[in-house]
Amino acid sequence: MQFLDFEQPVAELYEQLEKVKQAGEKSKVDVSATVKEIEEKIRQKRLEITQQLTSWQRVQLSRHPNRPYTLAYIERMCRHFIELHGDRKVKDDKAMVGGFGDIANRTIMFIGHQKGVNTRMRQLRNFGMANPEGYRKALRLMKLAEKFNKPIVTLIDTPGAFPGLEAEERGQAEAIARNLYEMVLLKVPVICIVIGEGASGGALGIGVGDRIYMLENTWYSVISPESCSSILWRSWDYKEQAAEQLKLTAAHMKSFHLIDDIIPEPLGGAHVNPDEMAETLKGWILKAIDELEPIPPEERIRQRIEKFSRMGVFREVE
Amino acid sequence: MAKWFQRIKKGIETSTSEKKEPPDGLWTKCPKCKKLILTKDLRENNFVCDKCNYHFRINSAEYFQILFDEDHSRELFGNIYPVDILGFKDIKTYEERLQEAQKKTGLADAIRVGAGKVNGFDLVIACMDFDFIGGSMGSVVGEKIARSVDYCVEHRIPLLIISKSGGARMMESAFSLMQMAKTAAKLTQLAEARIPYFSLMTDPTTGGVTASFAMLGDINMAEPGALIGFAGPRVIKETIKKDLPEGFQTAEFLLEHGFLDFIVDRKELKTRISELLLLFSK
Repeated sequence: MQFLDFEQPVAELYEQLEKVKQAGEKSKVDVSATVKEIEEKIRQKRLEITQQLTSWQRVQLSRHPNRPYTLAYIERMCRHFIELHGDRKVKDDKAMVGGFGDIANRTIMFIGHQKGVNTRMRQLRNFGMANPEGYRKALRLMKLAEKFNKPIVTLIDTPGAFPGLEAEERGQAEAIARNLYEMVLLKVPVICIVIGEGASGGALGIGVGDRIYMLENTWYSVISPESCSSILWRSWDYKEQAAEQLKLTAAHMKSFHLIDDIIPEPLGGAHVNPDEMAETLKGWILKAIDELEPIPPEERIRQRIEKFSRMGVFREVE
Repeated sequence: MAKWFQRIKKGIETSTSEKKEPPDGLWTKCPKCKKLILTKDLRENNFVCDKCNYHFRINSAEYFQILFDEDHSRELFGNIYPVDILGFKDIKTYEERLQEAQKKTGLADAIRVGAGKVNGFDLVIACMDFDFIGGSMGSVVGEKIARSVDYCVEHRIPLLIISKSGGARMMESAFSLMQMAKTAAKLTQLAEARIPYFSLMTDPTTGGVTASFAMLGDINMAEPGALIGFAGPRVIKETIKKDLPEGFQTAEFLLEHGFLDFIVDRKELKTRISELLLLFSK
């Protein structure tokens, strides 16, 4: 496992733990009491760190090199999953994945940004930055789910829609705008979950639904802290301040009523125990579907429009 | 330096001093062809250079004047003002930025809505003001568009949105982001009522505005030469580490790639809009 700077105290404890375990194996002495003690220390340390996390540290956790990405969750949650490719227009965008999977004997359409797990895959996945064809693939799959009356779950994790030459030529803005519009009108339940980075229009492009959740250590904002720093402070050095000012954490978003709820992560973050995280996620998805399915489609759409129409704060003078 | 090595075309970055402000002196220099034009003549020509057809950046007041029939328009929702919900502070507070912008422009926020007649046809126009924090979209822009939709549905009047924006307003963070979804959601209601929505993109239309209501018109149109895109040219250039082709992200480029129905010269704008209104009403 890799450790972030603020996770260093935990890293040291893990080292100790390894040493004790090795020593135990070598000398055949029972070290279980010591192991337990160190594990408890790790737990305490994690708790301590979690309670003091700054906004920027949450951003760092959302990008943790060991953090599970979309397919890692789908693999853990579903017994069957068939990935479906292509937008039927231009190509298959590797930064956006999707397909039918099943949870508890229900077929669900999963769609999500996908990041790579190593250098080669990160390039292949374009660091989770989708092109227009990614958003159009997502929409194609949503329409497919709608046709067969299957609920849709989107997993959001992107540093932004890709700002490239071809992306502009093929209408990045139109693709995202179209998704926002079409997602409002989907006749099936739509559940959107930020599992990592929720950067701007690239995130929202698969983020319009009946329930919007964020995992505990994720962020959602109109711009990344780095870009915000470079534009407003005219320097890349104010990312921590920008993260604070943008009020981008799950707790902030919930307090603003811009999301419905926060899904708790295992102590230390989703990367510490991906299996546990997937299990929690599964529970939340099933609960949301149970709540949403009995509502007639027209009513669900009406509520969805109402939900987003309420977002915004302004002052009316007489 | 050898001549072949010199840069012929200017880069895409415009210095702050060269920013395209609406003209107000006695004489105005065209930023494109450098011709000196009498400001009075420029105004009569709808702020278009008579030599090179450059369309100057103008504001809601000018667009309302160009489009609405005389004495036949009134402002709607002029009582909605922005709020610094996050207590945002970078090198300045958002509160300060708002006050400065309001003082400089005399506007409440970056959009104004007017209802009136265009060659006798009823029309609601929501027009963005670039001079107000770069025409950025925050809660007020979203809310005024939402209310325009309600008004258009109630009175069965078509909607024209004139976009001119750098994108979403950072100082309202996720609130501004969600205006993209909010405006898109409201536009579904306009569509449901079968009321036409015309989108006019002017220089510049980028970011979250392009990626929401601006691209969702029943008719998408743009002024000649307008910069229209998702990412800004500087960001793209830094990402791909290559110079951008000439004419990239212009209205003409978007028309060529299939994202606009047509480009309309400002002097034709009123006629074209009323033609559309006529054809949609028959």
